[in-house]
Amino acid sequence: MGKTIAEKIFDAHRVDNPADDVHVIRLDAVFCHEITTPLAIHDLVNRGKDRVFDPDKIKVVIDHVSPAKDSKTAMQGKILREWSRRHNIRDFFDIGRNGVCHAIFPEKGFVRPGFTVIMGDSHTCTHGAFGAFAAGVGTTDLEVGILKGVCAFRDPSTIKINISGPLPEGVYAKDVILSVIGRLGVNGATNRVVEFTGPVIDAMSMESRMTLCNMAIEAGGTSGICSPDRVTIEYLWDFIKDEYASKEEALEDAGRFLSDADAQYDRVIEHDVSSLEPLVTYGYKPDQVKPVREMESIPVDQVYIGSCTNGRIEDLRVAAQVLKGKKISDSVRGVVSPATTQVYRQAMAEGVLKIFLDAGFCVTNPTCGACLGMSNGVLAEGEVCASTTNRNFNGRMGKGGMVHLVSPATAAATAISGFITNSELYKG
Amino acid sequence: MKNFSGNVLFLDGSDINTDEIIPAKYLTENSKQALKPYFLEDIRLEGFNARRDVEGKNIIVTRANFGCGSSREHAPWALEVNNIHLVIAESFARIFRQNMFNCGMMAVELPARTIDDIFKDFAHRETYLETDLDKSVFTITADGRHAKIPFSISNFDRALITTGGWVDYADSKY
Repeated sequence: MGKTIAEKIFDAHRVDNPADDVHVIRLDAVFCHEITTPLAIHDLVNRGKDRVFDPDKIKVVIDHVSPAKDSKTAMQGKILREWSRRHNIRDFFDIGRNGVCHAIFPEKGFVRPGFTVIMGDSHTCTHGAFGAFAAGVGTTDLEVGILKGVCAFRDPSTIKINISGPLPEGVYAKDVILSVIGRLGVNGATNRVVEFTGPVIDAMSMESRMTLCNMAIEAGGTSGICSPDRVTIEYLWDFIKDEYASKEEALEDAGRFLSDADAQYDRVIEHDVSSLEPLVTYGYKPDQVKPVREMESIPVDQVYIGSCTNGRIEDLRVAAQVLKGKKISDSVRGVVSPATTQVYRQAMAEGVLKIFLDAGFCVTNPTCGACLGMSNGVLAEGEVCASTTNRNFNGRMGKGGMVHLVSPATAAATAISGFITNSELYKG
Repeated sequence: MKNFSGNVLFLDGSDINTDEIIPAKYLTENSKQALKPYFLEDIRLEGFNARRDVEGKNIIVTRANFGCGSSREHAPWALEVNNIHLVIAESFARIFRQNMFNCGMMAVELPARTIDDIFKDFAHRETYLETDLDKSVFTITADGRHAKIPFSISNFDRALITTGGWVDYADSKY
């Protein structure tokens, strides 16, 4: 019987089966940020187990509140900084060279096809875009990951979503994933891996695949996953060129982690996006989605472009295309947070940041900040934000605030009009 | 081992997320105890008031997909410091469920119909639930009403709650 990508990755990493449907797997990478790691460090110290399984497989960033906004967040950074130094963790990204975790770690080449990755962050499923098994975990799992390099998971049973198109002009990966979540529901992929396949995925950049996999968790999914292919190898080539004689060889090696034609899936869903429109969420759950055109009278107070979902260079370019030569509405505060320092530099070099500034946006440093209402764009009670982030939960961006999730193109068009609006890039 | 018997708090809604259980702005706290007053601060459930209804409760009974959203273990910790060590639901988000057992607490799934019956018979009453871990049975009591409900958890989950959690288990084994 054939196997899925996730099953093949589990087979290659299995250490133990403490119960029939529980697999303890070896980890290739453990990612850490300053919100969920300090309490793991604290507990390890208290237990007299202040050790790390392999300093080269642990990657650390300060991203959620950066720069620190108060004494408490400053302390979280300090704990992480000192711990990284103490254990010779070389890949530690502090302010000035940092970025949102799920944007900076792929950018550094830390995720490869066939890898197993955990992090104390639910959007870790993003990294499945590289053909990896990547899952968000709590602080205790993170702690054991740091100490022993293992983590326990149930069977990686998989939902395959075959996405056919072509994707209409002006409709993006964000709209695709919102449509998938709308179809599956917020509980539709719980305890399942979500494998994205089909011609629309084959044609997507790594940035778009990351946007897609990023929101697998919003349907309850353990990991998003895309088949590793030429696009994956091209993206990673600078980091892996010493390991392979040619790209073909790298591609062949990644081929070990492709689902078999006769693999067994929990469900297979055919998802046609050829007539998909730009989408927006309307409630407090990410599966509450509607076409933008049905929400066009809703005024917004803030537009936020950034996050691990849509803060990469591709996202900023699309928004800038919409904003070029225009001004945002007087009634809107525009905030853009390039996801990483590299994205920031690139956007500056390409003139993208100038377009944002000329349009009236505030350009912040890379940080998660506003997405979860911690800093750099928190909403006041009763305010509304069109946001390229991933969660519209009640209070998410600030107590009493309302969040509408949209693509960067829709966000930019909304900033100009002051109302939720389709961008001119969408011709439908 | 933690205490799995006590008074029941009914949360009649599905998809209660970890942002509602403990909002992100409190994730800057470096102690579990500091989370105590903010538990369920942002939840929107008709007739529910966290300040009034949480005190003195030890068990939550709720609907589907409890604990969805963020991976924050601050959610189980916020339960723990409010003396709630057992959540019974139709289903759980994966990370939340694992976090509960990793902390030596229990997240037990029961069929939707059983959960429905418990709500019908016991919600809006002062309800006490007794857990018999050896026999895997809950006994629910209120106003002379009485129900015995069997449950099952895997041996792995059982090992986590009896050994005190995943850190000691993993460190001794791997």
